[in-house]
Amino acid sequence: MRDVAVVAFAQTVHTGHDTGLAEPELLLPVIDEVKRATGLKRFGFTVSGSCDYLAGAPFSFVSALDAVGAWPPISESHVEMDGAFALYEAWVRLQHGDIDTALVYGFGKSSMSDIREIMTLQLDPYYLAPLGLDQVSYAALQAAAVNADRAALDEIVRRSRADGRANRYALDLPDPPTGKNTGEEFEVEPLRPYDVAPVTDGAAAVVLAAGDRARELAGRPAWITGIAHRAEPHYLGMRDLSRSVSAAEAGRAAGVDKGRVDVAELHTQFSHEEPILREALGLSGDVTVNPSGGPLAANPVMATGLIRVGEAARRILDGSAGRTVAHATSGPCLQQNLVAVLEGAVLETSA
Amino acid sequence: MGNRCAVIGVGQTRYQTRRRDVSLAGLVREAALRALEDAGLTFADIDAVVIGKAPDLFEGVMMPEAYLADALGAAGKPVMRVHTAGSVGGSTALVGASLVQGGVHGRVLVVAFEKQSESNATWALTTHLPFNASLVVGAGGYFAPHIREYMRRSGAPDHVGTLVAVKDRRNALKNPYAHLRIPGINREMVESTPMLWEPIRYLETCPSSDGACAIVLAAEDKVTGTPAWIHGTAMRSEPIMVAGRDVVSPRAGRDCAADVYRQAGVTDPRREIDVAEVYVPFSWYEPMWLENLGFAAEGEGWKLTEAGSTALDGDTPWNASGGVLSSNPIGASGLIRFAEAALQVRGMAGEHQVEGARLALGHAYGGGAQFFAMWIVGSSKP
Repeated sequence: MRDVAVVAFAQTVHTGHDTGLAEPELLLPVIDEVKRATGLKRFGFTVSGSCDYLAGAPFSFVSALDAVGAWPPISESHVEMDGAFALYEAWVRLQHGDIDTALVYGFGKSSMSDIREIMTLQLDPYYLAPLGLDQVSYAALQAAAVNADRAALDEIVRRSRADGRANRYALDLPDPPTGKNTGEEFEVEPLRPYDVAPVTDGAAAVVLAAGDRARELAGRPAWITGIAHRAEPHYLGMRDLSRSVSAAEAGRAAGVDKGRVDVAELHTQFSHEEPILREALGLSGDVTVNPSGGPLAANPVMATGLIRVGEAARRILDGSAGRTVAHATSGPCLQQNLVAVLEGAVLETSA
Repeated sequence: MGNRCAVIGVGQTRYQTRRRDVSLAGLVREAALRALEDAGLTFADIDAVVIGKAPDLFEGVMMPEAYLADALGAAGKPVMRVHTAGSVGGSTALVGASLVQGGVHGRVLVVAFEKQSESNATWALTTHLPFNASLVVGAGGYFAPHIREYMRRSGAPDHVGTLVAVKDRRNALKNPYAHLRIPGINREMVESTPMLWEPIRYLETCPSSDGACAIVLAAEDKVTGTPAWIHGTAMRSEPIMVAGRDVVSPRAGRDCAADVYRQAGVTDPRREIDVAEVYVPFSWYEPMWLENLGFAAEGEGWKLTEAGSTALDGDTPWNASGGVLSSNPIGASGLIRFAEAALQVRGMAGEHQVEGARLALGHAYGGGAQFFAMWIVGSSKP
């Protein structure tokens, strides 16, 4: 395959409430930032990820095009998925060999609606959605299936929120209550309110470049040495919810196990998803997970997965890590999973 | 353009107002199984699935690819979901082709659908983002002024739209999958229908259809059966509002056509392309796209239509299948254009086959005539 790298990444300072900015207004600064970082004004391909249901109107990606400056017209596409899947489409497009750069972005404002109820509409409309199962309830089924240690989940939330407070782009969320203070307050048993990723508005953009173009645009490109995604059956009863077979398969296809992992950025919208994904990807206890704070500290839906790739790449770009893993998910209870491996030094000798 | 890629299977459902006998999953599976059968393959032979449809509000299922994965044999495989407004069916084919052209997969199943009977598309297209005024009712309300402007500029006589409406419905009578099959369709019949959005009459618009279309794409070493080789693919987008934008003949459409012609080595589309399946949801878009796609000079498109050049027996047949005017499961309508182009160069279009078709254009557009997807397929390798 052709060598493709992340050469720039930008994200909004995410908020836990609606700041009055429309989606194109959220996007414009981050797209400007990656244009400045690379010096590029035009890209060989542009692709984005978003979801109409967040805005409650069709074609939410149409006005987002205003932030890109699509004039003269550009070669452009859109996935109704997280921006990480748009990044996959761009990586594939760069394999053709006729273009060298791609702009990828994702955006979402979950403050405008009730994401927990909206996600019910993602279920089979005949047999599952009419049951009214909401996002936190089906996540709780998975949490019960994995039966994770409560103290371990509390520690994941504490660590994520602390890391989030140190990350200027993530939300400032307090430490979760400890000891007796947790009381009996379940959101949906066994999940507590703080096990659930917060409502967040935000956007992110990534620039991909191939081969020598990547070396020109970044001092230390974050080479994508593997990227793959896999889906599982939709019906929760057809899966062993305590494991993520599709994340494991995607991880193997991306080559996660072919070397040491310094940092993993995982799309964990609930605390119990971290142990499931750690096991699926074979990440040992000493792998640093979500040093950005992860989705438990900022979850701008439809950009959250792309931000995982961006955060994993950033640590290569700034030289603080040598080999990182990014993960993004889609569908109820980790139905579909994307895994990317990013490396700094490895590919510097290949042309 | 990357590695060679071919269409080796096409499957369609019979388009109709309501498919009450199948679920969404049943609908897409029906098209997928027919495409696999055409290619002589099963789901086990497929490496990845790409799903396309127009806004999720049309069926009220958010990101339905999650739910449809099982019905399309996608468990254990990568699934992508494309959404680029009305052009989505075309874009979905291009995203699927890209996976093969990029050397990532050997065989890809592409499926696009719409089950319009699940909701009201005109309503779904009329809602708007908060704090933005909704200026139109449905797609017709948006495009009617553009058509009126085309008529003013070109001086085209009023009856040209009627001619397209009649021509495409006559073609539909030869297509067993077409939705609107109106025996004896003629000008008087079209002209007697109510004016919906001046100058668009009822029979000059596309129907609301339930339906799905599927294609199987293969790399050169994975070809089975009769291939339609991809000679060029292109997408272009422009903002819905920008100073200097020409909504009648959008630059994105012209640029997209120029790109796909360059890849396929086409310099004179009217002579070199044997048959075109072009997204014409309102009759007047035939003369408008004839000009935008370079089949006619500016202001001359309507003359080709009037002279019968675009008829099935004309010198440059357009929409031999009956087109979007005869079948419109919105999200699938673009893919149907791409698939019908492939059927023509495979010589498998049945009664609406254009004799000896060797090179065909598939075209789709969407949004405010701002998103374009096109491909050119041929009977021989590029």
